[in-house]
Formats: sequence, structure tokens, C-alpha cells
Amino acid sequence: MQNDDVIWDVIRHHHCSYMAKIQTGNFCRNPYNVTGICNRSSCPLANSRYATIRDHDGIFYLYMKTIERAHMPNKLWERVKLPKNYMKALEIIDKHLEYWPKLLVHKIKQRLTKMTQYRIRMVKLSKKVREKIMTVPRKEVKRESRREEKALRAAQIENVIEKELLERLNKGVYPDICNYDEEIFNKLLDKNKEEEQEEEEEEEAEVEYVEGDYELEEEEELEEDIEDMGDFLKANNFEDIEGDEDDLEEQPAKKKAYVSYPLKQDDGTEKVRRKGKKVVVEVERDEDMGNRQHNVM
Amino acid sequence: MAKEKKRKAAEEAVDGDDYIEREDEKPKKQKLILASQIKNKEKRSAVYAKLKHEKRVEKRKKIKARDAASKQALELGEEPPEKMVPRTIENTRELDETVCRPDDEELFAGNDADEFSAVLKQQTAPKVLITTCRFNSSRGPAFIKELLSVIPNAQYYKRGTYELKKIVEYAKNKEFTSIIVVHTNRREPDALLLIGLPDGPTAHFRLSNLVLRKDIKNHGNPTSHEPELVLNNFTTRLGHRVGRMIQSLFPQVPNFRGRRVVTFHNQRDFIFFRHHRYVFEVKEKKEGLKDKKSKASQGKTEKKAIARLQECGPRFTLKLVSLQHGTFDTKGGEFEWVHKVTLSHVYSHLTLD
Repeated sequence: MQNDDVIWDVIRHHHCSYMAKIQTGNFCRNPYNVTGICNRSSCPLANSRYATIRDHDGIFYLYMKTIERAHMPNKLWERVKLPKNYMKALEIIDKHLEYWPKLLVHKIKQRLTKMTQYRIRMVKLSKKVREKIMTVPRKEVKRESRREEKALRAAQIENVIEKELLERLNKGVYPDICNYDEEIFNKLLDKNKEEEQEEEEEEEAEVEYVEGDYELEEEEELEEDIEDMGDFLKANNFEDIEGDEDDLEEQPAKKKAYVSYPLKQDDGTEKVRRKGKKVVVEVERDEDMGNRQHNVM
Repeated sequence: MAKEKKRKAAEEAVDGDDYIEREDEKPKKQKLILASQIKNKEKRSAVYAKLKHEKRVEKRKKIKARDAASKQALELGEEPPEKMVPRTIENTRELDETVCRPDDEELFAGNDADEFSAVLKQQTAPKVLITTCRFNSSRGPAFIKELLSVIPNAQYYKRGTYELKKIVEYAKNKEFTSIIVVHTNRREPDALLLIGLPDGPTAHFRLSNLVLRKDIKNHGNPTSHEPELVLNNFTTRLGHRVGRMIQSLFPQVPNFRGRRVVTFHNQRDFIFFRHHRYVFEVKEKKEGLKDKKSKASQGKTEKKAIARLQECGPRFTLKLVSLQHGTFDTKGGEFEWVHKVTLSHVYSHLTLD
């Protein structure tokens, strides 16, 4: 009926579908195998009394099969849940497999050890943060690169930067750049200002939406001023930034290396730029402003 | 082709009159054949070449006519006819409510209360921590070296296997104001993560088209003066926020003597980064004879002020992928904006521009 030797003979020497032959040896793919090697003592088919440990969802179960149930494959394997605690699990194994061959029990305990170890590792790994690789369809990549090229061409970056720098120069942001001829530059600047003034008033109305360009740049300038004013702020406990502009006029002598606050136009109106505001507010200057030192470059 | 067939058929016909009549009728009812429908390659290319030639000739005629008209108008002293401006995405854009307006009180209040105001108001000096992803190779280190020279007060720390959140904490303890993480993919720097501290937003950019300094012809070598910043075209609310974030990387006190300018130019949602050294020059230019106004100064040399740029430092483009509120936390963080691919790309829905 159930003769293990006959079974083993047939399986081993003819064909076992669970056997996997690799370079290093023969392995058994049967899920109920304790060691995983194709052996006379480890084959679950060729041993009528057998036990394993299997893992389901992180919980270990002890499976046992006895010869009494050999004719009922459906109810062949008896299952016992093992606690997560390693020592307790060992005790339960000992209890259930008390009179079983020692070799098998030993193999089962080894298997339990290994499984506990890898369970700990799995938990640790899942807690660790790992980079997730996201793929981008190639079509998108190509599309983006095409768009980038077109945007680059539309941007005309160098021209824009040069224009921007010239504007800043005209506004007088740079106090002391020393690589050009003074006279000519001053003449040019005056000339440029005259030309631009007429256009400026018309542009004002449009300035609103384009302002994104200027706005941050104005902040830059203001920040440059604020750096100088920084000392003032601390010395004089001024919190209001706008107020400082006026105070500065009165105390030009306190300034260090910086000559003055250049942002003033010649036409008598002052563009006060408020921190963060995009509005270009024109504020009438005081009489004092006239006495201010003009930027000597 | 069909015409020819019919002509042949007409010739072969016995009764001349009938067929000639039909011949006259047929061409009128006949449909126009596209060059692409002709199966014979030689014939097709010949027809197409002819078509193109005709088009070109027409175009040239138009241009000539236009030029002649404008010249005439100028001579007569009238207004020249309106110049035609080509349609671009930039000038056909409809601005929607996300665009920043100059009179927006909410914006300024928001600016005062946002994460960068401390740095931008110069209460704290920016201090930047640069690091990489876990595996850094090839162009990564070179790029980082250049970044270090561009951004003043930046330090590079090797990544090791630290979790990004831990790095954020570490940086907070050491009082950094922002973190830049350069991510490498396939041996090329691929993405840039900009994390503001202490609880600033996290911006994830995709990096492309990186050109290192050594690959640029006639490159200059940057000094260590604080650079000037130029931020162009950040018009929408989101763009404004991103612009401020970028601004907070750099010290707010540029040293103009150094004549260094760092530009972030936004065009159609692509942010182009450039790093130049500039010089102002006086250029002598002979006034053109075209301009009517300059008749008086004809023959004299006009002097114009120009800025000349020498490129130094790397060149790359960024595209915003996502902006997350708070420091780096992909699972639990709240995303302010995420790039979603829509089936129809509508240019009016530019997000940063």
C-alpha cells in the first residue's frame, strides 16, 4: 500500500516533477519539503511520517502528516499555528513531535530558526525607506525635449540678460563699476534716459502684467539698498523700510563706502519700491532730495 | 494624371466632336489631385518640386511688394503699412487669474508670511547643503563642483545611506537654510530636489541639457564675489513662489564689483539657468541710412552702451515636477502642485510662466 522505499525508488530513478537539477545538486520544489534538497530523508512523498514548517502572511504553521491519513490526501496535513516568540515555538514543536525521529525534529528546528531570521529582516527592510523607480514613457520624454528646444529658441536668453543689465545700469543700481570711461558713460546714460522717458509713460499701463520681469529685480535692488540700510536699521531701530529712505537723506554722512542710493531718476520723482510689492509707486520727493549727492561713478 | 488618361482616350476616340466636348467638361468637374496621391515616385517628386517652386516664387513676390509699399510710404512721408507680427505662444497667451498682478495685497501679505521671508529680508544668511542620491557617478561630481562655485556659502556632504528625512533633520540642527539634492540616473544628473528649511517647501525639478563649464567654448572662470540674480518671467502665483525659493538660495547682497550674474529664465515652464560675467562697453556704431529721423546725424558715429557677457559655469534647464508643502515627505506631505499630463496640451495652461 504505502511503501516508502518503493515510492522513493520510482520517484528517484524515473521522474519526479518536483526535482530541480542544478550545477550544485538536486533540489526539491515541493512546498512541504523541510530542507529543500531532494533526498531520501527529505522527500515529503517518500516519507509517510513527515513534518514541515510553512509560512503564511508572516505567521508560521507546523504541518504534520501521518500514515493513518495517507489514503485521504485532502486531510493529509495537520496544521498547528506557531507563536511568534521563537522559544515558545520551539516548545510547541517539541510537544507535538515528541516521539518523532530526532533527525527530522532537528531539521524542523533549523528551518524555524532560518525562517524567524528572515522574517525579522523582512520587517526591517519594509520599514526602511527605499527609492522608488518611476518610469516615464518615452513619448513624453521626446515631447518634453522638443518643447524645451522650442522654448529655448523663444527665450533668447542672452539678449534678455543684456537688456536687463543695461536697464539696471541705467537705473543706477551699480555704484562703482570701474571698467569704462566715465564721461562717455554719463553722457550716454543721460541720453538714454531722455529717450526712455517719453516711452515710459506709455509703458506704465502695460507694466502690470509684464511686471513679473521687473518685480524680483526690483526686490534685488531694494535688497541691495537694505544691506546698507541694515546698519541703519539696527542703529536707529527703524522697522519700517519705507521710512528709512527719508532718514537716509538726512544722514548721508554716516554712510561708509557707498556713496548714495542711486535709484533716483533725474526727473524729480522717486520710484519707491516697497519690499515685495510689484507696484511702482511714484512719490514726490522732498526738497531735500535735490541736495543729495549724485552718484559719482 | 487622370487628365492625361482622358486626353489619350479622347485622341483614341473615333468620333472627335463628342469626345472633345467631354474633354472640356471633365476638367471642370475633376477633383484636384494632391501630389502625395501620385503613386509614381518620379512623377510625384516632380509635381511636388514644381509646387514648392511656385509657392516660393509667390512668397518672394509678396515680400517684394511689402517692402516696396513700405519704402514708398516712407518716401511720401506717410506711415508705413503695419508690420506683420508672427503669432507666438507668448503673444497669444490669455492670462488667467493665477497671474500675479502688481496691486495684489494678498500676494504681499503672503510673501511676508511665507517661508523665505526670513532669508529674503536678510534676517538670516542663506546656507546651502548640497548632496546627492545614493549612487553618484560620472557627471554628478563634476556638476556638484560647479554648483559649489556658483552658489556662495554652499557645502557638499556625501550621501552615504542616510534617509533623506534624517538628512533634513541634520541640516536643521546645523542651521542650514536649504538643501539641494542632485539625483543621478543612468550616469547623468537627472533631477534636482530643492528643500527649504526649517519647514520650507520641497520643489522637485527635472534637470536636462546639462553643459559643464569645460564643455563651453570660451568659458570664463567665476570669482567668489556674490552674484547678482536675474529671475525672468515668473509671472503666475506658483511661478512667483518658485522664484522666491530660488532667490532664497543666494545671498541678497550682490557684490557688483564681481560683475557676476546668475540668471534663471523661465520660458514656457522651462527654467533656463545661466551664469555669466559681464562687462559694460561703449560701442561705436555708424548710424544707418534707413532711419528718417537720423538724417541729421548721418555720417556721424553713434556711441552706444552695451553689455557683453562671458559665460562661465554650468548651463542647464529645470522643469518643475512637483511642489510639496513642508519638508521632504512624499507619503504624508501635502502637494501644492503636481505635474499632470493632460491629453491635450493647451498652452494657456502654463503654470510657471
